[in-house]
Amino acid sequence: MSHGQRLNKLSKILIANRGEIACRVMKTARKMNIKTVAVFSDADRHSLHVKMADEAHYIGPSPASESYLRQDKLLEIIKKTGAQAVHPGYGFLSEQAPFAEALAAQGVEFIGPPASAIADMGSKSASKRIMIDAGVSCIPGYHGDNQDEAYLKEQADQVGYPIIIKAVSGGGGKGMRMVFHEKDFMAALRSAKEESIKAFNDDRVILERFFDFQPRHVEVQVMADSHGNALYFSNRDCSVQRRHQKIIEEAPAPGLTPEEHRELGEMAVRAAKAVGYKSAGTVEFIMDTVERKFYFMEMNTRLQVEHPITELVTGVDLVELQLRVSQGEKLPLTQDDINVHGHAFEARVYAEDPANNFMPGSGDVKYLSTPEETENVRIDTSIRQGDAVSVFYDPMIAKLVVWAPDRLSSLSLLHNKLQEYHVVGLSTNIKFLKDLASHPQFESADVHTDFIAQHGDSLFPATPSLSDENLALTAVSYLLSQTGKVSVSPWTKSLFSRLNINHVEEVKLKNGDTDIDVKIRCVAPSYFVSVDGRAEVELSANVTVDNNVIFGSGNSADRKLECKIVQDGDNLHVFSDGNETVLSRHVPKYQKADDEAGLDDGVASVEGLVQKIFARVGDVVKRGDVVLQVNVMKMLFDIPAHKDGVISAICFNEGDRVSKGQLLYELDE
Amino acid sequence: LHRLYSTNVAPPISSKVCKVASPPISSKVRQNAQFKENAAAMDALIADLESKVQAISEGGGAEARARHTGKGKLLVRQRINTLLDTGSPFLEFSQMAGYKLYKEEVNAGGIITGIGRISGRECMIVANDATVKGGTYYPITVKKHVRAQEIAMENNLPCVYLVDSGGANLPQQPEVFPDRDHFGRIFYNQANLSSRGISQIAVVMGSCTAGGAYVPAMADESIIVKEQGTIFLGGPPLVKAATGEEVSAEDLGGGMMHCSQSGVTDYLAVDDTHALHIARNNVSHLHLPPAPQLNILESEEPLYDPREIGGVVGTDLTRTFDMREVIARIVDGSRFSEFKEKFGSTLVTGFAHIHGIPVGIIANNGILFSESSLKGSHFIQLCCQRKIPLLFFQNITGFMVGKEYEAGGIAKNGAKLVTAVACAKVPKITVIMGGSFGAGNYGMCGRAYSPRFLYMWPNARISVMGGKQAASVLCQISRDKMERAGMQWSDEMEKQIRGPVEAGFEKEGHPYYASARLWDDGIINPADTRNVLGLSLSATLNAPIPETPFGVFRM
Repeated sequence: MSHGQRLNKLSKILIANRGEIACRVMKTARKMNIKTVAVFSDADRHSLHVKMADEAHYIGPSPASESYLRQDKLLEIIKKTGAQAVHPGYGFLSEQAPFAEALAAQGVEFIGPPASAIADMGSKSASKRIMIDAGVSCIPGYHGDNQDEAYLKEQADQVGYPIIIKAVSGGGGKGMRMVFHEKDFMAALRSAKEESIKAFNDDRVILERFFDFQPRHVEVQVMADSHGNALYFSNRDCSVQRRHQKIIEEAPAPGLTPEEHRELGEMAVRAAKAVGYKSAGTVEFIMDTVERKFYFMEMNTRLQVEHPITELVTGVDLVELQLRVSQGEKLPLTQDDINVHGHAFEARVYAEDPANNFMPGSGDVKYLSTPEETENVRIDTSIRQGDAVSVFYDPMIAKLVVWAPDRLSSLSLLHNKLQEYHVVGLSTNIKFLKDLASHPQFESADVHTDFIAQHGDSLFPATPSLSDENLALTAVSYLLSQTGKVSVSPWTKSLFSRLNINHVEEVKLKNGDTDIDVKIRCVAPSYFVSVDGRAEVELSANVTVDNNVIFGSGNSADRKLECKIVQDGDNLHVFSDGNETVLSRHVPKYQKADDEAGLDDGVASVEGLVQKIFARVGDVVKRGDVVLQVNVMKMLFDIPAHKDGVISAICFNEGDRVSKGQLLYELDE
Repeated sequence: LHRLYSTNVAPPISSKVCKVASPPISSKVRQNAQFKENAAAMDALIADLESKVQAISEGGGAEARARHTGKGKLLVRQRINTLLDTGSPFLEFSQMAGYKLYKEEVNAGGIITGIGRISGRECMIVANDATVKGGTYYPITVKKHVRAQEIAMENNLPCVYLVDSGGANLPQQPEVFPDRDHFGRIFYNQANLSSRGISQIAVVMGSCTAGGAYVPAMADESIIVKEQGTIFLGGPPLVKAATGEEVSAEDLGGGMMHCSQSGVTDYLAVDDTHALHIARNNVSHLHLPPAPQLNILESEEPLYDPREIGGVVGTDLTRTFDMREVIARIVDGSRFSEFKEKFGSTLVTGFAHIHGIPVGIIANNGILFSESSLKGSHFIQLCCQRKIPLLFFQNITGFMVGKEYEAGGIAKNGAKLVTAVACAKVPKITVIMGGSFGAGNYGMCGRAYSPRFLYMWPNARISVMGGKQAASVLCQISRDKMERAGMQWSDEMEKQIRGPVEAGFEKEGHPYYASARLWDDGIINPADTRNVLGLSLSATLNAPIPETPFGVFRM
């Protein structure tokens, strides 16, 4: 370390975040011997980031607005714990200039850029002007303060159509309008302004040229210190998005020439320097794939979700650099030291339903099995088996990050490792990620921001149905898992044995509404399995059971087979050949609800007087609702509805005498 | 719920004290031409047995099965599979019962009996097959049902009756109704089994008419399938004839009525599967049998493959084989601790384990002499004193005859063996592996000596003597008679007598003939002997082993 650096060695930091990013920051802090303070909401009481931290403090109820966004509470905890700096992670308060200012006022270091840089980059109009001044190319448009409708129209006509109207304070598509014809401009402008004022209390807009090509989203990782140094750390392509959110990212961006890489990097550094940047940031560009031009879009003034892929191709620990810069250190390397080697992919595993427009999900992760972490496979997560994905926060389960010497082998590694990612309990996008990673257009790096919309159906192929061999192994494994454990008794050995007869065991499964009838002929030590009456498959099987998970392996005609069955209630999640198939076990009639089984039917189980009638003919009742009350020797018995339905008859009046076995009421479904 | 055995947990003092293992038998069998010929002959017998049993296991034919399942009922073997713990073996008895016994085929005697595990308990299952003559009771059906109850009684096995029967088969009534071991004995047994604390659970899955009504009515707990099971002393036609009352079967004796009004049944099930689930649940609430008093070890596979037994034994009863070679293919680790090896060597005796359960084995290696009889008696006394189960491996033509042997007291020495066998109260299991002739059958624990289980191999023969000997004896008598009358005995006459006698003995000594009449508990594949014995032995251990008071041994 050279002289002249203002050093302020950190010994304790607070992480104003949760989930995987909190855990990620803690890992580096621990490596650097820095103590960590975690904060947690009610929902996070038992979360991994709480467990990992050196100390953890309660911050409030589950909604973020009452916990992770509460600056006052954070400041209180900072004071109480003596934390010298705050790492904001991403999201929450990470790009809130007032928070950075409030910390500065307390003499606490914000591990991130100065408040001014956050503010400059936070405004869509200000940032564009600063960028244009710094020689960073921006999308043609108008970013000025004059919000006069006629003036804006004039500007729009000048830029040309199609054009996008964006709210200055906007985000998430709110206050955004696309205009294809001059005649539609005024109506769109008014509706955009109306929406912006409601959403952001700010109706200022900017105008931007809309490019008719399919653009790519390319971004540059930068890092700056407080000594005026700023470096770029390769770039990433994050074109494939759904719900305006990234889903799969790669580094470096494919198909760029060395010159383009340098041009992009240098532009990003100029952008950072123009706002006096410090710490980690990402400069996002739209790439015109036809003209091969890059246009500045925005700068994210924080560490980003997808930073690990940059770390894997550059070999740096970005959080470590953040912490060192925060200590006042100079960046310990120069641009020439930063080499990019190999190719990295990140896939974001989300609790969501891709088939249902990527609807976010939540729930308990009942079973979780991940690929093994190696030098080339990294998993950033805070979700363990048994943890819940809460409705209160981002439903990301994990980031699966892989590295290989070249793009195609990296992509194939990603696909393989996704096959080993098994989650049961909630709907995830794992299958979608696998389909995406093996899509020919994605393989050939023909990516752009409309990728998912454009390739629609081809990204949602049906899961290949289980082969008879795999179904056979699944059925045999399930069957064997139902047998008791082997004891010294001969009754637990020679399973299924019968004298002089080929014993056939039946296993009934369902795939959705389709019945699967499996007949297993047990001829020790082999099983001859016929699925739905088809030709028999001869199979050997070895089965182990660990709680609700059945591992089956076997051989059929020299082919090695494996399956894993995770039991979740009546559902059997079968993982084999890299696919997940959800089957369900046959539920006997008697295990279904009583009404389906047909045991109760509204007959009196006691003898007595009808005390009170609660339901009337025509009432819609739910199973369990009290229909009437019978008085038996001064004891009152409630007679509940035996199923959901509409009362079609009440057979008695209040005060009537009923005998055991008489019909009390009738119910139509 | 698994049966707990007392395992060998005594703290080791020294390895010498703790682990004394008998040396394994060293097999002298070579896989030569003779072996292959033997194996092929046995395989042919096994194939014939299996094809017959497979056909029998289909019950009453495709049409009857379709009618049965069309009502939403499970077939009898499906019912048993559903009742059993998943994976449990089913030790089925007398599959050939009723084989060629009546004008019509009554497959398996119309009733399936056997031992299986239910909720971890070894239970006797008695299940009517309604596809066979409506599940009606032929004489052999009664005999098989009563035999199953006898096994349950001796071995303290809870009974589960899966009832689906039209009652006594009316044309057969004189052979079904009146005698001591006829239909009434079933209910007598139910009452007495229950009185001994042996649970009686009935599942009514079809009709239980007239006498049949007493099966659920006499049971400790009864389950009935709604709109499927019926119980009444007289069915609707009989009621209408008697009193003019018109009533449906369901109203007269259906599940809802019996569960809510008469109280004849205790649990109402929606279907067969539900009823069997309730039965499983009932068994799970039973008291446990007393823990066995035997030192049970970890099981060890034999050194020699049980599937080689056919090659060792063959099917020609005139050709002898060394029983030790069979024992080596049945017992744990092929370990056999032979007792009195050099004395009375035509009877092999010794200690071994099968599936970890200690046994004393008595096996024929030739004709019985005085010495071998004395040795056998001695060994039975040993096992009874130590309460070790006894296995009898029969291949016996009888006791030695002749002046020298009669003078040597073979009758009284043979009688000692018969006395010892008759009185022994330890579990006895007999396997007829070859011949079972004459008094040899008695000395080696034939059916009359109440072995807990008696199995036959498909190559075995049972009769008072061999067919050739019987023919010779009969020819000799005829010849003497003729010669006394001064007539000439011709070869033609010899042939006329000999032929039918030999053919008759061959037919009536055949395992199919024997098993059809329940002279045994079933014909088994020799390769299955080890497992069948293991399961049977385990079943016997449900009952405490009593002391044996012996009768007078004539000295």
